[in-house]
Amino acid sequence: MNAWSSLSSRWRLPAAERAPAGGVLLGLAALALCVFLLLPMGALFSHSLLDEQGQTSLARFREFAAMPGMATALWNTFWVALVVTLITVPLAFLYAYAIQRSCLPFKGLWRLIGLSPLLGPSLVGAISFIQWFGTQGLLKSWLGETSVYGPVGIVMATVFSSFPHALMILVVALASSDGRLYEAADALSATRWRKFLTVTLPAAKYGLISAAMVVFSYSVSEFGIPKVIGGNFKVLAVEIYVQVVGLQNFGRGAVVALVLLLPVLFAFVVDRQVQRRQQASLTARAVPYRPRPDWRRDGPLLLFTLLLAGAMLAVLGMAAYTSVITFWPYNLELTLGHYRYGLVEAGVLGAYLNSLQIALLTALLGTPFIFVTAYLLEKTGARQSALHALVQGMASLPMGVPGLVLGIGYILFFNHPDNPLNGLYQTFAILVIVNVVHYYSSCHLTALTALKSLDREFEAVSASLKVSQFVTFWRVTLPVCLPAVLEIFRYLFINAMTTVSALVFLYSPDTLPASVAILNLDEAGELGPAAAMASLIIVTTAAFSLLYSALTHLLLQRHQAWRSAKH
Amino acid sequence: MAHLEIRSLHKQFGSFTALDHIELSVERGEFLVLLGPSGCGKTTLLRTIAGLERQDRGQILHAGRDISRLSPAARDYGIVFQSYALFPNLNVGQNVAYGLNQRRAGREAFQQRVDEMLRLVGLPGSENKYPAQLSGGQQQRIALARALATQPDLLLLDEPLSALDAIERVRLRSEIRQLQQNLGVTTLMVTHDQEEALAMADRIVVMKSGRIQQVGDPHDIYRFPRNDFVADFIGRSNLIEAEAIDPQHVSQGPLRLRSAAALSPGRAYRFNVRPEDIRLLDTLDQAENSFFATVDKCEFLGAFSLVTLTPVGQGSRPLLAQFSSNYLAGRPIHAGSTVRVGIPAEHLFPMPESA
Repeated sequence: MNAWSSLSSRWRLPAAERAPAGGVLLGLAALALCVFLLLPMGALFSHSLLDEQGQTSLARFREFAAMPGMATALWNTFWVALVVTLITVPLAFLYAYAIQRSCLPFKGLWRLIGLSPLLGPSLVGAISFIQWFGTQGLLKSWLGETSVYGPVGIVMATVFSSFPHALMILVVALASSDGRLYEAADALSATRWRKFLTVTLPAAKYGLISAAMVVFSYSVSEFGIPKVIGGNFKVLAVEIYVQVVGLQNFGRGAVVALVLLLPVLFAFVVDRQVQRRQQASLTARAVPYRPRPDWRRDGPLLLFTLLLAGAMLAVLGMAAYTSVITFWPYNLELTLGHYRYGLVEAGVLGAYLNSLQIALLTALLGTPFIFVTAYLLEKTGARQSALHALVQGMASLPMGVPGLVLGIGYILFFNHPDNPLNGLYQTFAILVIVNVVHYYSSCHLTALTALKSLDREFEAVSASLKVSQFVTFWRVTLPVCLPAVLEIFRYLFINAMTTVSALVFLYSPDTLPASVAILNLDEAGELGPAAAMASLIIVTTAAFSLLYSALTHLLLQRHQAWRSAKH
Repeated sequence: MAHLEIRSLHKQFGSFTALDHIELSVERGEFLVLLGPSGCGKTTLLRTIAGLERQDRGQILHAGRDISRLSPAARDYGIVFQSYALFPNLNVGQNVAYGLNQRRAGREAFQQRVDEMLRLVGLPGSENKYPAQLSGGQQQRIALARALATQPDLLLLDEPLSALDAIERVRLRSEIRQLQQNLGVTTLMVTHDQEEALAMADRIVVMKSGRIQQVGDPHDIYRFPRNDFVADFIGRSNLIEAEAIDPQHVSQGPLRLRSAAALSPGRAYRFNVRPEDIRLLDTLDQAENSFFATVDKCEFLGAFSLVTLTPVGQGSRPLLAQFSSNYLAGRPIHAGSTVRVGIPAEHLFPMPESA
């Protein structure tokens, strides 16, 4: 006929060697998640259902119900979480609204300040509120007769530290909006308020529910804050700590953990249902909404943003200030004494180095594991297979498991003398693993979102060109998803640097992380050194974030010219 | 044996039958278009040939080789998708060269090949641009160049024109057709656009609910549809159900019409009459198969007018007629007026299948 088909396959690559079956790799990932997530959770369940003699019974639950103070702790935990949610979500919504739907100047700065509580351990807020409103606080009079030590302080500090989590969700929820709906509402001459109620709010509804769930579970499982500022106010998270670390009563700890897990798991299931219904609320034809300057909206929003950002800076600033003055409020002389004391005499330097090591390892090992697993899930094999469903389920489960509960599950599972993995207990490895698992879900979501935005047919095209899937992963998938990969790395590093919850049960004297060391300092009454060490962590994570921004900027500019390429 | 043979191919998604025992052969160098509404199985058929879906039963033979169970990479085809699927981080040159083997071809020949492919699709010198810098039509040309660069024996096109705007679509469709004829590469294209199919195909395969309804060249498919579905899906059509009263004539309501086909008296037939086959006659014209009709509606569409008519008399059904503006020469047709029209006997051909 012609030279076309007869001319041999001179151009063609040799038939691609069969890529290592994605199914096998996904199976390995599933196995890892089983061992480090499902089995510890299973251990938690079985321990709470076994009595001292190893018989199945509800004895521990009966015992729990009869324990004095437990009912109070349960009730306290709930109402505090409820109040925190009711305060945080509207604040974060307005703040996100100001960032996304107004014409305020310096939006990047407001966003950065709004997210700043993520940089330090949660107890930073608690320390700072003690300084502001405590017995010697500058603003003590604002609280009247009420003491900051107790529910008031817990609520304030939890609102502060859970705020960025809600903000992140709501900023995304408000980012995607269909400008055409607003134009239609304008054409129908709807009032400002009516537009808000009928267009803005319904579009952000799922984001609001998600944010509420996240804040609620954050509050329920938060442990550092009530420990520092809670005084005699009993909450479940601290009870677990007392039972497990103080009294070494693992069984009872398991029961309390399970009680703690239930509401959070409930929130998680509600959230999943809501998210499932959210799909396709925004079509490809949507036109992004662009706010126009309007001082009747922007004026009050600017005031609100200034106030809130100012308050957040005041909280962070007070912690930093506390770390460099001699003794509040009697001796305000500037000193680096707290840093010296903390690092040298209290030995936090070692803990700080431990934390750096843990955070780096968590990010270095967690990022590839999470991204590759998401890739295998999205791009290989039959998407509806049972294995895919299992991995997908396990990947989203950690969002519903408080760190404390995970930590107890780990003790029960890995500390068991018959467990072949017993050797992991109290090593760096287990601290790294528990961090990866604890923060798995949002990283997984980030990876999945990036992968889903790729054309579904890349793999098909490369197969037709006889290029192996591995080459396409390396040449196309990874470079295109690079921002998401870097984001996962940063998220893991910062969280591993600041977290307390799961680690507090799993460290050994050799692997003590800084965040726990700070908690111990505070417990010993050393507020100044505690603030100093917390500030050190903030400086570290902030420096890391800066470095990260500079590096990604450079990287994206140098190797990703295609992103900015336009006609 | 045909170049590509599909034997009794069956595919089920749960309770949904995507492919219902498909039999098809494609000759070497042929341009075959799979046409049908969404969900008819045309895309599944293409993806099964590509190995991207696995059939439940049946065989696919390509150049005499059974490829039914081979992985996509072990088959020999190039593919172009509706979404272009260009790698956004690679420039045009790198995209086109993605499947080329630089080591085997040598650096110079490699570069020449890329240049040659870009010239072939009419975009020479664009190798340093990124896909985002190109229009949709240009991107699809690059995707075509990438698919053809490795000299595949079979070219698969999955709705390649659907994402383009109307003008670009028409332009690219004739380019693809010309390219295909110059290269002589056997090509299968999926589309839901009947005009596209008529304009490009050597043969059209009309599909519905996982089954092939008719295979034939564009002219046959249009003039002699086998059944209502094909008649209706391709172009506009009038379905006339009528009973033969003698070997030459049928009656429907008040109409008594002669058909050029040989009929058996007493049997019911279904005729497909295209709107453009209905002639507008002079009021006094007594030609064969002519009758008076009332104008229900007239839609002026520029080059032609679409007119809904109801033959005068008891039990008649409305007909859709198309009169070219050229023919009408400015004479208006008003709703409510009566016109004389006729259906030439050679356009009254019964359809072989009833359903």
